Amino acid sequence: MTGLDGAQATGPMTDSGEPGLRGDWQRLHPLSALVRAGRGAIALVVILVVPTLGQQKGSEVGDLIHLAIVPVVFLVGLVSWLVTRWRVEDGVLRVESGLIRRTSERFPLSQIQAIDTVRPGLARAFGLAELRIRLASGSGRAGRLAYLSNAEAEALRARLLALSQGVPEATPAPAEEALAVVPTGRLVASLLLSGPGLIVGVAGVGLVVLTILAPAAAAATVGAMAVPVFGVAVGAFRRFNAGYGLTVAAAPDGLRLRSGLVETSAETIPRGRIQAVRMVAPLTWRPLGWCRLEVDVASQKHKGRQDRNQARAARALLPVGTREQAAALMVRVFADLPTERLRPPARARWKSPLRFRYLGWGSNDGYVVTTTGRVRRVTDWVPLAKVQSIRRVDGPIQRRLGLASIHLDTAGRSVHAVLRDRDRAEADRLMAELPDRCREARRLAGADRGR
Amino acid sequence: MEVAESADDGALIWNTPSPRLRVLRRYEVVGVTLVAVILAAGAGLAAGGASAAALAGVGAIVGGAVGDMVAGRRVRAWAYAERSDDLLVRRGVMFRRVSVIPYGRMQYVEVAAGPLERAFGLATVQMHTAAAASDARIPGLPAAEASRLRDQLTTLGEAQAMGL
Repeated sequence: MTGLDGAQATGPMTDSGEPGLRGDWQRLHPLSALVRAGRGAIALVVILVVPTLGQQKGSEVGDLIHLAIVPVVFLVGLVSWLVTRWRVEDGVLRVESGLIRRTSERFPLSQIQAIDTVRPGLARAFGLAELRIRLASGSGRAGRLAYLSNAEAEALRARLLALSQGVPEATPAPAEEALAVVPTGRLVASLLLSGPGLIVGVAGVGLVVLTILAPAAAAATVGAMAVPVFGVAVGAFRRFNAGYGLTVAAAPDGLRLRSGLVETSAETIPRGRIQAVRMVAPLTWRPLGWCRLEVDVASQKHKGRQDRNQARAARALLPVGTREQAAALMVRVFADLPTERLRPPARARWKSPLRFRYLGWGSNDGYVVTTTGRVRRVTDWVPLAKVQSIRRVDGPIQRRLGLASIHLDTAGRSVHAVLRDRDRAEADRLMAELPDRCREARRLAGADRGR
Repeated sequence: MEVAESADDGALIWNTPSPRLRVLRRYEVVGVTLVAVILAAGAGLAAGGASAAALAGVGAIVGGAVGDMVAGRRVRAWAYAERSDDLLVRRGVMFRRVSVIPYGRMQYVEVAAGPLERAFGLATVQMHTAAAASDARIPGLPAAEASRLRDQLTTLGEAQAMGL
């Protein structure tokens, strides 16, 4: 591929890489029709064929109908490829798609915040990649170019990033600095030691015991458990895939995560969009000194499948790592973390007997940290500048004990800070001063951005 | 009409929902109680005859009376105060909540009125932030007050708007 140095278009790949930036309409890679249809076809086969496998020979007509669906799916994929086109014009990326319901999307390059590269298993087999263009505007909308050839995707990504920053087009994508790597052995061990892993282990041992004692009952149990076990296995594999070979690198625009065994992805987490960070240390990991680091990124409630990967729980920045690794990464995510930990009053033990041991919070000018959990120790960091609203809640038991909790809500999906079971006087004081401290932190953050 | 009461924390003026909200809630409780009485009496009749039916009916009525009391206390617990930079919303009897929502964090204001609320000339104002957990809902405002609050919040929100 000669696209990078701006040579004349010679091959089919440069044809679609270069002129697209000059304003001509471009199609995606022709094989994307096949990949899209292939993914649909696999899903259909699983849905239609798997349930009939165990049964007696089905009717011939039914089989024929199933078979007829496959070409239809490929035809749909082909049409969808034919009607999808994109171009870059006047600093705006435009993507048009849809046969019956035409959609035309505009993505101003100046607002590009990050461009992710995703390669599902089937696309990788054909050497294709998908680009997801994410904008900085509040909507959290993402433009998708699925699929481009690998080389084309890399070149286009570099060019779009260069255009978005107003530097010469031929500037290569910014360099990255590796921060952490997750070894596969540790990932496997951590999954085996996690909730689903332990459940599967216990179920397996139980099944072996049952097989020895009562083979007939065991066969029935296997039949009944097949579906839930399959679900747990799929979930475990997703986590394995998302964490496989994960490397975290610092890029100028944020943290860049690369991972994946079957479906690989290179994702950028823009620093300014991180709403909260959570460190989780489950009971079974603690003897090994491991923990997981999750980041929560701002987003609207997404509709549809567009961002189904992002719609899942907070993204694991570090699926499993040592405490030192986590601390080193934390410094990169949030500067200047609070070190103080204020304990709740001793009488909070009556309200929260289990989590009391690890309960606490601390703050400085920029951040709030809270700790909780007995079995699963959780530490949350929330920047004061990202706090959306503050709530003071006290229930009947808390009122009797003279306690109250304060919640700091953020725009993230799952993490928000809870200052649990504080003394009532302290809670009242915090309710009076926290809004002002948040405002001050926002002002400072705003001034920082303007610089 | 809203009642201004001098609150314990200084010069803060807490506004409360319209007294008509109390009446509306009572209608709701009465409606639910009627259905419950009919169901309970029917079940009692099927199970053990007239005396059981009467007992079950009385039980449902007592339940309705308790429900009305709780609803009354909950209505009284709602209050909101507009400060210079943020809105305070207080609610809840068992679990008491006080929310502070900075105007600058507001994304949009929603004014909703169900059929029953409309019949009473009331509306619910809700302030939405980027956080799903923020709960800034004020029910039972007179329609005029609701639109005043909506305009006020929108103006203040625009003036102090900030990004995520």
